[in-house]
Amino acid sequence: MKLESRIPSGPLAQKWDRHRFESKLVNPANKRKFDVIVVGSGLAGASAAASLGELGYQVKCFCFQDSPRRAHSIAAQGGINAAKNYQNDGDSVQRLFYDTIKGGDFRAREANVYRLAQVSANIIDQCVAQGVPFAREYGGLLANRSFGGTQVSRTFYARGQTGQQLLLGAYQALARQIAAGSVKMYPRTEMLELVVVEGQAKGIVTRNLVTGEILSHAADAVVLATGGYGNVFFLSTNAKGCNVTALWRAYRRGAAFANPCYTQIHPTCIPVSGDHQSKLTLMSESLRNDGRVWVPKKKGDTRAPRDIPEEERDYYLERKYPSYGNLAPRDISSRAAKEACDAGRGVGSSGLGVYLDFADSIQRLGEDKIRERYGNLFDMYEKITGENAYRTPMRIYPAVHYAMGGLWVDYNLMSNLPGLFVLGEANFSDHGANRLGASALMQGLADGYFVLPYTIGHYFASTRQLKPATSHPEFKKAEEEARSRLARLLSGKGKRTVLSLHRELGKLLWEKCGMARSEAGLKEALRIIPGLREEFWQNHLVPGNNESFNQALEYAGRVADFMEFAELLCADALHRNESCGGHFRVEYQTEDGEARRDDENFSYVAAWEYQGEGRAPLLHKEPLTFEELKLATRSYK
Amino acid sequence: MNLTLKVWRQKDAKDPGRFETYPAANILPDMSFLEMLDVVNERLIEEGREPIACDSDCREGICGTCSLVIDGRPHGGHHGTTVCQLHMRHFQDGQTITIEPWRARAFPILRDLVCDRTALDRIIQAGGFVSVNTGGAPDGNALPVSKTDADLSMDAAACIGCGACVAACKNASAMLFVSAKVSHLGLLPQGQPERERRVLNMVKTMDEAGFGNCTVLGSCEAVCPKEVSLSFIARMNRDYGWAILRGNPRRQTGAGGAG
Amino acid sequence: MELANRLWRSSLGKKYLMALSGCALFLFVVGHMIGNLQVFLGPEALNRYAHFLQSTPEILWPARLGLLALVTLHVVTAIRLWAENRAARPVAYSTYTPIEASYASRTMVVSGVIVAAFIVFHLLHFTLQKPVGLNLSGQDFAQLHDAHQRHDVFRMVVVGFQQAPVSIFYIAAVGLLCLHLRHGLQAWFQSLGLRNEAWRRPIDTLAWVAAAVVFLGNSSIPVGILLGFGKDMVK
Repeated sequence: MKLESRIPSGPLAQKWDRHRFESKLVNPANKRKFDVIVVGSGLAGASAAASLGELGYQVKCFCFQDSPRRAHSIAAQGGINAAKNYQNDGDSVQRLFYDTIKGGDFRAREANVYRLAQVSANIIDQCVAQGVPFAREYGGLLANRSFGGTQVSRTFYARGQTGQQLLLGAYQALARQIAAGSVKMYPRTEMLELVVVEGQAKGIVTRNLVTGEILSHAADAVVLATGGYGNVFFLSTNAKGCNVTALWRAYRRGAAFANPCYTQIHPTCIPVSGDHQSKLTLMSESLRNDGRVWVPKKKGDTRAPRDIPEEERDYYLERKYPSYGNLAPRDISSRAAKEACDAGRGVGSSGLGVYLDFADSIQRLGEDKIRERYGNLFDMYEKITGENAYRTPMRIYPAVHYAMGGLWVDYNLMSNLPGLFVLGEANFSDHGANRLGASALMQGLADGYFVLPYTIGHYFASTRQLKPATSHPEFKKAEEEARSRLARLLSGKGKRTVLSLHRELGKLLWEKCGMARSEAGLKEALRIIPGLREEFWQNHLVPGNNESFNQALEYAGRVADFMEFAELLCADALHRNESCGGHFRVEYQTEDGEARRDDENFSYVAAWEYQGEGRAPLLHKEPLTFEELKLATRSYK
Repeated sequence: MNLTLKVWRQKDAKDPGRFETYPAANILPDMSFLEMLDVVNERLIEEGREPIACDSDCREGICGTCSLVIDGRPHGGHHGTTVCQLHMRHFQDGQTITIEPWRARAFPILRDLVCDRTALDRIIQAGGFVSVNTGGAPDGNALPVSKTDADLSMDAAACIGCGACVAACKNASAMLFVSAKVSHLGLLPQGQPERERRVLNMVKTMDEAGFGNCTVLGSCEAVCPKEVSLSFIARMNRDYGWAILRGNPRRQTGAGGAG
Repeated sequence: MELANRLWRSSLGKKYLMALSGCALFLFVVGHMIGNLQVFLGPEALNRYAHFLQSTPEILWPARLGLLALVTLHVVTAIRLWAENRAARPVAYSTYTPIEASYASRTMVVSGVIVAAFIVFHLLHFTLQKPVGLNLSGQDFAQLHDAHQRHDVFRMVVVGFQQAPVSIFYIAAVGLLCLHLRHGLQAWFQSLGLRNEAWRRPIDTLAWVAAAVVFLGNSSIPVGILLGFGKDMVK
């Protein structure tokens, strides 16, 4: 396998323009001769499917939800970044590029990130034209707020529901194409296999989640926009349905998996309340604009927060990172919270929590202003915890949130398998080792609206297309594999429910491969995971049959893939002997506990190639070169 | 807490369905309603029975997937709350809870508590969008939007498409859902060019899907987890009235476009 | 015609038909009430008014036919809406829990049917005055004349309402009518889109007040007569 990043030559600022000009085009009349499969209907998938449909391609779009509008992009709260400089505060494409590279701890590709910063402005224009009701100032112009890891206000938002509104914009564009007949939508349909014919991705095998029907779909290109794998940790802020299956199936067919150990732990989530918990709820990072994070200075202080006087509080983010304060990036804030709790200064009954306090802001701006900005988040907090955060500080704790890692893609967002494109959170490309707040929405939409429509055309125009029918032996083989796997899952009549096995896996990963990782811990995890996987296949219990609506079967399939993926995640974390962004190895830290990067040995993308069942994956390295920026120790002090 | 659940079980769309009773033992007040169902389902699976099918995804009240009628109230009847945000602390020990799916002709039941809401997608496909292709959009600040309109539009756009309005309405009407989308786009300058076409087409598709009519009961608004206002229905009625009165204002001619 | 067709075929269109016909009927109810309240001015005023109406067929008949058409439109549309609404939920919930919906709003069909039945009774009672036994007084209303040889409507009304069961039925029916009107008026503003968040409460209050006025105005006649009004004037 050869990793060709296909980064265009020339000065960074001109690469994308030049690349677009040099890309081959498909004649408008010929576009309808090309079929494209889009798996996933979140920001990246819906925007790609809609844009390709508008161009005239024949698109099939698949989602496991009952409607494309429910993809998990909908849950993004805070906002979307764009280098508009509407606030006149010194923002520019270059600065967004710089912030993103630095925020990603110098583990992302310069060219991809620069392009992302360039098209960010177009995204806002596009969304406004679609009728996304962004927040406005009284003068009628767009409002902004600031987010972690930046010193400018470049985040556009629609209350605390920005992801929802952007997704609805993309969903509406998709709906328009469905009505026009250029996109055919398959809701409640899950991808089970990728079909590769003579090295090219040529289709997928799906299961209709209502009837159990297994069906092959052939196309000239397959686009995976299936989101992240955070649910491998069982407890995460991801939706219950989020899974790694599509990515994992593609990986098993030869697509390289890049940087799986770059997982983001979000600092502001509602703390776990007990073993019954099924998921964690995020409180938007935007809250850190007006909330101050603190813990008591004294260990085991059980006084009510209001009874702890000012001088006995440790506003540790403001103390440690004075120039960014409460808006320090996510990885840093999360680790700081963990550090405080590990030192016995955590709050709440479990001791795993820190305060996010709005008292000062309420005093300064008034409760109404805070309600206007974050009302829905405060309501959400109250529903879950039964506490009123206008009166008493919120309790927050870090939780698994986002996967920076994903399938390896080149500059064209195409994986090493020709014809397999990967967009949004599912790919690895833009966020390096840590994603800044409000950048996921930006990346998903950039990929779908403004990158893929160009690069897929170039692929069609420059590559000879095989046109295998679904009767091709590779399709039949993939169908057979999908069927036998389902049969194997259904044959499980052991003693353990899939949920209990998933919970066990998640707990193991959170402890050994969560916020802080060590060689010993990772080795132990790698020793335990195969046994747990064995336990899964020997002792799992799945009721019902394939020919009906069977949610237990769906879930079992997803967990089975997590059982395999977890091993790759830990292996990647073990091999990366440095700390960077979301990957923190306790052996590699500075004296004051900051991450210590090793640019000499690890300034590369780790792309893993599948070698077959029971065999260790093969590591490929794509070196990261920085032409524009100088590698520097990331400091937010 | 120990509870008794009376749950609607239905194998598929053709099965007439019936209620079955299950115990829910050792439930903690901090659990969400869906976590309580997870516990019950775990026990059913361990006993070798099929678990209760029930839709949920984000479990934070925004995706609109969860759809349970609890004791006759969609989403359990707490103000601005979806089922997934409803916690067991609102129930009493020993209580019997009846759980049913959304019931409407336009939402056929797929299994147990899961129904098919694609009718709502079809309504959006009929016109719930602004017809702009990707690319070529003017600058985001080119058209100022009054803050009042933008905020009101956002109030409507907050709809999560769960269908609780249909479930709660005595007539199974989808007017609140449709009016929210019509108002969201109709309040913004970007939505003006298609304002009439949009409302006519969306209402037509809504009627064809077999929803009932609005009789201004207000149940939809009361159960809406995003507190979408009944006034948006009035706004849609006004838009529709104008559109239907105006009809097609152009002279019908056979002449085609330029060659 | 095409407009009528468009209205009839659409759910919103039918609501407009209900609202417009309902509004016209409401105005009639108010006018009818104001005319009838002349009973409190004594026999001369009421009989003159009634004679004026009776002797002007070019007003009377178009009005009657118009009212009939409105009632028919209102009822037929209501039946159609009711049938559609029933069909929209083929399987009922195990228990129907009315959420927010007011009693008036949930019982529009029932109150409508009872009011319709009442209208038939009312027409037989005071307009056709047949069958004679219906009015329970033992008198034939058609044979009552005053000193000017006009139909003695005043006497008919007083005698009619001196029968307690008849009066009670009238009061109950008018009560139901006003319940119907209260929700109908709110819905009227809503269906025609003449309501927004700012006007929502004032309009709801207006509907209450209007319904209350119609109830008090109309029921004051049987109540007044039961309490003895007109007793000495019809001896």
